[in-house]
Amino acid sequence: MIEKFVSSVPEALHGVKDGATILIGGFGAVGQANTLIEGLIDQGVKDLTVVANNAGYGNVGLARLLQQRRVRRLICSFPRISGSTVFEGLYKAGEIELELVPQGTLAERLRAAGAGIPAFYTPTAVGTRLAEGKEVRVIDGKEYVLEHALHGDVAFVEAWKADRWGNLTYRSSGRNFNPVMATAGALTVVQTQHVVELGELDPETIVTPGIYINRILHVPYGDPQG
Amino acid sequence: MMDDTHKTWTPLSRKEMAARVAADIPEGWVVNLGIGVPTLVADMVPATREVVFHSENGLLGMGPAPSPDAIDRWLVNAGKQHVTMVSGGSYFHHADSFAMIRGRHLDLCVLGAFEVAANGDIANWTTSADETAPAVGGAMDLAVGAKRLWVVMDHMTKDGRAKVVETCRFPLTARGAVTRIYTNFAEFDVNADGLHLRHVIDGMSLEELQSYTEAKIIAH
Repeated sequence: MIEKFVSSVPEALHGVKDGATILIGGFGAVGQANTLIEGLIDQGVKDLTVVANNAGYGNVGLARLLQQRRVRRLICSFPRISGSTVFEGLYKAGEIELELVPQGTLAERLRAAGAGIPAFYTPTAVGTRLAEGKEVRVIDGKEYVLEHALHGDVAFVEAWKADRWGNLTYRSSGRNFNPVMATAGALTVVQTQHVVELGELDPETIVTPGIYINRILHVPYGDPQG
Repeated sequence: MMDDTHKTWTPLSRKEMAARVAADIPEGWVVNLGIGVPTLVADMVPATREVVFHSENGLLGMGPAPSPDAIDRWLVNAGKQHVTMVSGGSYFHHADSFAMIRGRHLDLCVLGAFEVAANGDIANWTTSADETAPAVGGAMDLAVGAKRLWVVMDHMTKDGRAKVVETCRFPLTARGAVTRIYTNFAEFDVNADGLHLRHVIDGMSLEELQSYTEAKIIAH
């Protein structure tokens, strides 16, 4: 029997090592697997590279992970949202590296990683500071920037419903980066609000098929705050 | 600084600028609106005109803000504000959302800007090297991907410098991307040969408008 559900946070995070690259889904406060992130703090790993659209808010989840100095490098499109004070302090003090990536390039680098594409050319950022030092190629008379796939050692995904094979659905804008990060992690760990029996999810409506998922933890926390 | 003592004109308000943009959006277009004045445009499109609003975080068919007692905490727009969905709306993930953008499926994107140049260059994501942590979001993808890029912004900075310029001084968001500019003074089409005047507010002469505009205006 295939059973991807685990019963504790330590089980969900077993084997995550210092120096790992962690992909964290979520857009602002919505669709972010905070229980798994907080679990990393308790587990004690450090020197992490975190890939996330934002840099956390308030003093929970990702912001707390940053505050605990566990993250060496953040790969991010928009670290400057209101309430993102922890990151800003660390950045000004030179205590965290930032790789700023246009949001669509970030999403596509993750998609490429999950799809076996090592690199791709994109029109985004041509002629800007964010393309400096990158290969530019003219295709059909137009310039494109070469961007590389972005793989995770671990991906944290927040789902709305999950079955024991790891088939997932999401809730409205809680979907965001989660499905694409699910494909790009060597170890993909899900935090789900609801558990359903195998067969309960209509195959027509499954957003992430279980093939991408390794472990699932049931965390019925309610609504996102912030 | 502008000498406002004898002026015979009144700049448009933020809402009036948004209304002028909205009036130019035809039924059937799929539109992405940036943060600030662009966000106000959605409320100015008459409910009888079907315009589909896209949000980078995976929404097509985004509706207005909910009443305070009807907030769904899972449903936010790209500015992380709570929103609603209209009938016919759909959800999709970030890679699909930006495939729509880069793949030239959006009819229009409306953004704010610090500066726009006569050649269509836009600077709207950062004004300095290291003042705060830089942030770019989806601006660079939207600027190169949408079929049309309209900028809506004040004509001048608070300290009286022109924002419609010959060459952008701030770091670029995209080269040659802007197709139209709406300001609180005037409107321009950005064509291959430069900045064509579409409209100027009542009481402002072309000479006066040109004095507030660094780039050369082509008037008809």
